[in-house]
Amino acid sequence: MKGLVARRRNPIVASMLLLAALLGVGGVYAVATTAAPAEAVATSDQTAIDEGKRLYLEGCSSCHGLNAQGTSNGPTLIGVGAAAVHFQVSTGRMPMAAPAAQAPEKPTDYTEEEVSQMAAYIASLGPGPAIPTAEQLDYSDADIAEGGVLFRINCAQCHQAAGGGGALTNGKYAPSLMEATPQEIYEAMLTGPQNMPVFGDGTLTVEDKQAIIAYVMDLQEAPSPGGLALGRLGPVSEGLFLWAGVMAAFVGIAVWIGIKAR
Amino acid sequence: MSTTEKVGESVATYVDQRVGSNRFLGRSLKKVFPDHWSFMLGEIALYSFIIVLLTGVFLTLFYKPSMVEVVYDGSYVPLKGVMMSEAYASTLDISFDVRGGLLIRQMHHWAALLFIAAMSVHMFRVFFTGAFRKPREFNWVIGISLITLGLGAGFSGYSLPDDLLSGTGLQIARGIVQAIPIVGTWGAFLLFDGEFPGTEFISRLYGVHILLIPGLILALVTVHLMMVWTQKHTQFPGPGRTNDNVVGYPLMPIYMAKAGGFFFVVFGVTALIGGLVSINPIWIFGPYTPDQVGAGSQPDWYIGWLDGALRIFPNIETVLFGYTISWNIFIPSVIVPGIVFTVAALYPFLEAWVTGDKRDHNLLNRPRNAPTRTGIGVMAITFYFLLFIGGGNDIIAITFDLSINAIIWFLRIAVIVLPPIAFLVTRRICIGLQRRDREKMLHGYESGRILRLPHGEFIEVHEPLSLKERAVLESAIESYRAPLPAPEKVDANGVANKHYRRDMIRYKLSRWFYADDIVPPTRQEIEAGQAHVSHDAALEAPLHEYDEDETVMVPFHGGVLHTAGEPATNREQLEERGGNL
Amino acid sequence: MSDLTTRGGASAPDHGHGHGDVPADDLARPLYEGPGALPAADIPHRPRRSDFDPKAARRAERQVSALFLLSMLMVVLFVVAYVAIDPYADVYIPMFGVVGFQTFALGLTFGLGVFCIGAGAIQWAKKLMPDVEVVQERHSLASTSHEDVEAAEQYERGKEESGFAQYKIIRRTLIAALALFPIPLVVMLRDLWSPKNGSFGPSPVELLSTTAWVEDMPIVTDGTYVKIRPEDVPVGGLVSALPENIMEIQEAEHNLNARGKAAIILVRMEPDEIRAQQGDGWDYQGILAYSKICTHVGCPIALYEHRTHHLLCPCHQSTFDLADAGNVIFGPAARRMPQLRIGVNAEGYLVAKAPFAEPIGPSFWERG
Repeated sequence: MKGLVARRRNPIVASMLLLAALLGVGGVYAVATTAAPAEAVATSDQTAIDEGKRLYLEGCSSCHGLNAQGTSNGPTLIGVGAAAVHFQVSTGRMPMAAPAAQAPEKPTDYTEEEVSQMAAYIASLGPGPAIPTAEQLDYSDADIAEGGVLFRINCAQCHQAAGGGGALTNGKYAPSLMEATPQEIYEAMLTGPQNMPVFGDGTLTVEDKQAIIAYVMDLQEAPSPGGLALGRLGPVSEGLFLWAGVMAAFVGIAVWIGIKAR
Repeated sequence: MSTTEKVGESVATYVDQRVGSNRFLGRSLKKVFPDHWSFMLGEIALYSFIIVLLTGVFLTLFYKPSMVEVVYDGSYVPLKGVMMSEAYASTLDISFDVRGGLLIRQMHHWAALLFIAAMSVHMFRVFFTGAFRKPREFNWVIGISLITLGLGAGFSGYSLPDDLLSGTGLQIARGIVQAIPIVGTWGAFLLFDGEFPGTEFISRLYGVHILLIPGLILALVTVHLMMVWTQKHTQFPGPGRTNDNVVGYPLMPIYMAKAGGFFFVVFGVTALIGGLVSINPIWIFGPYTPDQVGAGSQPDWYIGWLDGALRIFPNIETVLFGYTISWNIFIPSVIVPGIVFTVAALYPFLEAWVTGDKRDHNLLNRPRNAPTRTGIGVMAITFYFLLFIGGGNDIIAITFDLSINAIIWFLRIAVIVLPPIAFLVTRRICIGLQRRDREKMLHGYESGRILRLPHGEFIEVHEPLSLKERAVLESAIESYRAPLPAPEKVDANGVANKHYRRDMIRYKLSRWFYADDIVPPTRQEIEAGQAHVSHDAALEAPLHEYDEDETVMVPFHGGVLHTAGEPATNREQLEERGGNL
Repeated sequence: MSDLTTRGGASAPDHGHGHGDVPADDLARPLYEGPGALPAADIPHRPRRSDFDPKAARRAERQVSALFLLSMLMVVLFVVAYVAIDPYADVYIPMFGVVGFQTFALGLTFGLGVFCIGAGAIQWAKKLMPDVEVVQERHSLASTSHEDVEAAEQYERGKEESGFAQYKIIRRTLIAALALFPIPLVVMLRDLWSPKNGSFGPSPVELLSTTAWVEDMPIVTDGTYVKIRPEDVPVGGLVSALPENIMEIQEAEHNLNARGKAAIILVRMEPDEIRAQQGDGWDYQGILAYSKICTHVGCPIALYEHRTHHLLCPCHQSTFDLADAGNVIFGPAARRMPQLRIGVNAEGYLVAKAPFAEPIGPSFWERG
C-alpha cells in the first residue's frame, strides 16, 4: 500500500486526482439528475414519453421503423431498454451519419433531456435494462485488482489489455475505453451495443461491473512508470519506435562519426 | 614519461614475458580500419549485445524463474492479491520495488530489440555490397547463425516474465511444435514436461536464455570478430583503394577512440531510451492464465514476420492414414523460416557457383554494379516486410480503420506478387544507374552552364570527374563480369561433357545474373573522355581569377574545396606536421 | 607493412603514365590510372580548421573536456536521484505525460553520463587526432605451397605412425563407437517429460483428447466461479466459463493445465438463429457452449460478435461462426471449434451433458 499512498501524494498526481474527483462528482451528479427522471418516466411521465416518441420519429424511425419494430436497415428497439438508448444516443453512435461496418462515436446533437425522453419512449415499448442508478455506478468501494482479473477475462480480448481497443472482423472494432465514462461502460456491459455481447447481471454482478469500472478508471488515470507510453499498443508501436527512432538515431550518429571534421 | 606510463610499461613487460603480448600489440596498434558509416552497423549490434549481457546479469539477481503460483503482495496496487507465477511477481518487483530495476529491465529489452535490428541492417549492408564474397563466406554463415540465435535469445527472454502477452506467445509456440509431423506431439510434451503450460517451462527457458544462447552468441561473435581481424575489413572503392590494400585509420588512436566512443554512445542512448520510453509494460497485460487473452497480441518485432506468415497462410490441413498434417501451421512457421535461413546462409556459395567467380574480393561492390543481387535483396526485404505487416494486421486495421479480412486477402496475394515486381524494378533501376555512370565516365557532369567561345560557338560546360568520383565510378570495371560461356556438349577431343546439364543450368543462371549489365568503358576511353571534358572546363578557368576572396577556393582532389596555402594531400599534411603521424 | 607509401608512377607501369607531385593550387588535373595507381600519400586530404587554427584546436579541446565534465556531473546526479527521489513518485514531463519520476531521472542521468564519454571521445578523434588516412597492404590468407606440402606430409606421417590406414578393424570400430556415444545424451532427454509418482500415466494423445468436462459437471463463471442458471445468460450474452471443480483440480495438480483445456464460452442466441450445431439439441434454449481454445495454435478466443455470431481469434484472426456449428469462415484455422453439449441439472444450473466429443485446441499428428 505504501506505493499507492506515495504515488497519490505527489502534487501532480494530487492535482490530477482532484480533477478526476471533480469530474467524477460532476458525472455522478449529471447521472443522478438524468437517472431520476428516467425512472420516473418509466412509471408515469407521459409527456416525456410523447416528446421521446416525437424525437424518435424524427431521428430514428427511418431505420428502426415507425413503431421501433425494426427494418432491414436497423434492428428492433422493443425491449432494448432505456440504458441502450442512453448509451447509443449520448455517445453519438446513433443516429448513424452513414452506413458503415459499425456506428462510430461522435458528438451528439441531443441534449441529456432529449436523450432521456427518447429512452423513456423506448422503455415504454417493452421491458429492458434501465439506465444505471448513481448507486450502481458508485465504484468507490470496488476492488481494483478483482476488476483487473475480470477485465482480462471478459473485456481484454476485444478492448485490449490497456483498454486501447482492438480490431474485429470485416472492419468492425472494439473502441478504446480511454475516454469512456463509468455510465457508458456500465450501459455497454448491460446492453451489448453493436456487436458487443451482453454481460448480464446474473454472471457479472453489479459488484463485478463496479470492479471492472474501477479498473478501467485506473487504467485511464494510470501514469506510465516506464516513461513515454507509445500508446500502450504493445510490441508493434515499440518496434516502430525502435526502427524509426532508435535505429535512425544510431545511423545518424554513425554518419556523424564518419564525416570528416571541418 | 609519467609515473603512470612507467607502471604501464613494467606491467606490459611483465605480461609480455609470460604471453608474448608485445609482439601482438606492436603489430595490432597500427592495424588499419577503413572508415565508413555503414561499417559501424555491426558495431551497434556488438555493443547492444554487451549492454544486454550487462543488464541481463543485473536482472538475474532479482528474477525468479519459477511457475509456482503466489499471491502478489508488492506495491503495484491494481494487481494486489492476484494469483500469479513467481516469475511474473518477481518481474513486477524488478519493475516497481527495485530502484533502477525498471530502467535496467527496459534497457535490457530495448537493447535486445536493437541487437537484432542492428544485426539485420548490418547483414543487408554486407549483402548489398557483396562483402560476403570470397574470402568471407564463413563469416557470413556465422552472421546468419548469430541472427538466428538472436531470434531465439529474444523470444526466450520475451517469454520469461510469464505475463499474459508472452504466455500467449508460448501457447502459440506449443501449437507450432505440436504441428510438426510425427514428432510434434512428443516434442511439445517433452518441452513443457507434459501438457501446456505445466510448471517447468519457464525455468527451462531461463537456462536456455541466460546460458545456452548467450554462450553460443558470445562464442560466435568472438570467431566473427577474429575473422574480421584476420581478413581485414573490406573497403569501398575510392582513390588509392585497391583489392590488395586497406586505406583507413590506425587502431591506435583513431579507431579506438571512435569505436570506443561509439560504444559509450550506444550505451548512453540505450540508457536514455530505457529510462524515458516504456517497453513491455507487463503490469498492464496481467499474469499469464491459459484461458485469457488480450486483443492485439503481438510478438516482438523480429518474430512479427513469422507471426504474419502464420496469420495469412490458408487453412490447409490433411488427414492421411489417420494422421494429421497441419500444413497451415507447419509451412509458415517451420518450412518458411527454414528455407529463408538456409537460403540466406548458402547465398554466398550459390552466387559464387552461378557467377563462377573465384577471386578474392576486398573491395566492395556498389549495389548498382550487382543488379541481380541487389534485386534479390530488395525482393527479400519486400517479402519480409509484407509478412511483417501481416504480423501487425490487427493493429494496422484499428489504427487506419481498415478491415483485417481485407488486409489478410491483400497480403495473401501481395506476398506472392510484389516481391518479384520489387526484384524487376530494382534491377532495372540499378541498370539505369549503371548507364548513367557510364555517361559520366565518358563525358563528365553536365554543369548546366553555357559558355560562349571566342569564335562564337556555344557549348555546355561539362565538368570533369574528381579523383574520388572517378575511383568510385571506375570500380564498375572491376565489378563487371561477362556471363559464363555456354558449355559444349562435346569437347575438342570429342569427349562428351558428363556435366552438360548442370553446366547448362549454371550457364543460364549466369546469364540471368549478368546479362543485362551495362559494359563499362575501358580506362583508355575514360581517360580520353575526361581529357576532353577537362579541356572544355579549362576554357572556363580564367573566370576564377575574378574571385575577390583571398583564400581562393579551388576545385581539386575529390571535388573537395581547398583553402589556398593549406595542405591538400596526406603527404603535405604530414610534411607540415613534421613527417610524423 | 608500410604505413605510408609513395609509390608514384613507378607502381603503375602497366598504364605507362607518370605521376608527379601536383602543386596544390594547380588547376590541371593529376593523371589518374585507376584505383591503386594513386600514391597513398596523395589520397585527397582536406585539413581541418583545428589543424591550422590554434584557436579552433583550443575550442575543440574545451568541447571534449566539457563533455567529460558533464559526464561526471551526470553520475553525481544519478546517485542523488537514486537516493533522494521517492521510487513511487510520479512526475509530469511535457511530451512524455505522467511517468515514474525515479526511472526517468535515473535513465536521463545515467544515459547522458555514458553518452557524454562517447561523444567526447569521438569529438576528440574527429577534431584533434590526425585524420590522415594510412595504407596497409593485404596479404593472401592462403598458405604457401610449401606450407601445403608440409601439412600434407605431417598428415601422412600421422596416418602411418598410428596405422589408421592399416588396422581396418580398429578404424571401423572407432567410427562406429564415436557414432554411438552421443546416444546416452539423447536418451536422457526422455525424462524432460518425467513420470509422476513413479508411473508414466496417460499418453500424450489421451491427455490431449480429454478435458475436465464430464457428464453433469456444473458450469461456473471464470473469475468468480459461480454456477450459472440459463436465465443468467441473456440473448446476445457471453460468459467465459469453466467446470465447477477447476480450482480443486488446480490445487491437486499445482498447475493450470486443466484450465488451459477446459475453458469454454457460453453464448446465447435466439433458437431460430442457430443454423447448425455439432449435435442435435446440444444447446440449451439457445445457449451454446464452445471451447475457448483456438483450433489453430491454441490462443484463447472470446472475441464474440453477438450480431454476426462470429468468434474471432486475436492471435491469427481465425474466425468461427457459432451459429453454424462453430465452422471456420476465415483465417488459418482448419478445424471447427469443438462444441460442448449442455443442459440443466435438477437444481436448474447449467451443466455439461457429455465430455467434448473431439480433442480441443490445436491439431496434432495422432489426432486423425
